[in-house]
Amino acid sequence: MGELRLALIGAALLLSAHAAQAKDLRPGGKLLLTGGVSSIEGSGGGGIASWALITGYATRDGIGGNLHATRLALPDYQFTTYGAAVGVYDRVELSYARQEFDTQGTGAKLGLGSGFTFHQDVVGAKLRVLGDAVYDQDSWIPQVAVGLQVKKADRGAVIGLLGGKHDQGVDWYVAASKVLLNQSLVLNGTVRATKANQTGLLGFGGPRHDSYQPQFEGSAALLLSRRLAIGVEYRTKPDNLGLKEDDWMDVFAAFAVNKTVSITAAYADLGTIATFGGQRGLYLSLQAGF
Amino acid sequence: MIQALIFAAALSTAPAFVIEHPSATHPGEEAVAAYAQGPANAGAGPFQGDAMWTAFHRQAGVGRVVDELVDLSLADPKISDIFTSHDMERLRRTLKEQFCYLLNGGCDYSGRDMKAAHKDLGLQTTDFNLLVEHLQTAMDHEKIGFRAQNRFLARLAPMQRMTVER
Repeated sequence: MGELRLALIGAALLLSAHAAQAKDLRPGGKLLLTGGVSSIEGSGGGGIASWALITGYATRDGIGGNLHATRLALPDYQFTTYGAAVGVYDRVELSYARQEFDTQGTGAKLGLGSGFTFHQDVVGAKLRVLGDAVYDQDSWIPQVAVGLQVKKADRGAVIGLLGGKHDQGVDWYVAASKVLLNQSLVLNGTVRATKANQTGLLGFGGPRHDSYQPQFEGSAALLLSRRLAIGVEYRTKPDNLGLKEDDWMDVFAAFAVNKTVSITAAYADLGTIATFGGQRGLYLSLQAGF
Repeated sequence: MIQALIFAAALSTAPAFVIEHPSATHPGEEAVAAYAQGPANAGAGPFQGDAMWTAFHRQAGVGRVVDELVDLSLADPKISDIFTSHDMERLRRTLKEQFCYLLNGGCDYSGRDMKAAHKDLGLQTTDFNLLVEHLQTAMDHEKIGFRAQNRFLARLAPMQRMTVER
């Protein structure tokens, strides 16, 4: 609790220091796509990875925010997430996402009942601590951010039956993002300390592990125009439950219609989920904000 | 020998203190206070080879890009005030020199350094980005390839730290 209070005091001091400079607050000053898109956990990033970029189109002189909705249709499940995020002075990001994992007809085969749906709430906070992904083109130093995602799953009883130890948990991550304008590339690497099973939808910890393990998220995107980027992502995951949980990967295209609306389409491979393998499908995400 | 080399290096990089006389050197421009000139003022070093100079369609292309960049900026109510009471003739000339120098077109940049040139303008990152967007539009109109545009922007991007004051 003491750490949280210190962090809050620090954030308040930071924000009041900004306010004391009496700058002109101006929304929407970032360049297209440089706030990233909305990840499945609500944080600014790629699709399945959290990045160091602060979401929204505000620069250090303003506050930006957005809403998003994402649907991933898999052979045996349907994954939906929606939420909201704000970026404050291109320094702090706060986010909320609600995930729904609909087992559809698969629920009956799993003995859960047809249409049984797992939910999870994810509250995220991110602080940019170093560098600037866009402007520091004369240096290899990336933009670095630290973040946490507080997660609460709603199916504690079923999670317990699957072997999950907890229905809530906290992920901690350090992310580094860099736009390499000379190569028209965007790179991101993230190390996440987590106990989450299928990002937390199936709880946290299990019979195989109930401790934090470092996992990696990597993304690479090629800028094709001011509006369009295509790329690949990879995310490693622990297998705490012993249900052959696989790493995730996707190929994506992110298109900024303008500074209000962006669309991300992807083909995602989530591997095996709750004993059902080959979970590959189309991912579509819509983000609207400022 | 070493002394001769140092002497030669000093000659080639020593900033020359000049007092600009407008009517003599650049007709149509207002007089400016004296300042130290030199290539370091351009804020970044030039590309090597002539690929970038060619990609920008050389002197004529750079001229069109800079003129449209300035025209778009002046027509943009969000940033046009920044240019009020500034010598636009001089801005166009020094920008063309700077772009030509950075693109390795063989020009000398005669303007002030980036920090001095933007002092007290009160620029915010949003202003810097609006200028970048107008530059991107101008480069699009000049049909400069997107990859070459980004390589050029990579040279300009660190100038955000030198020009944005608040």
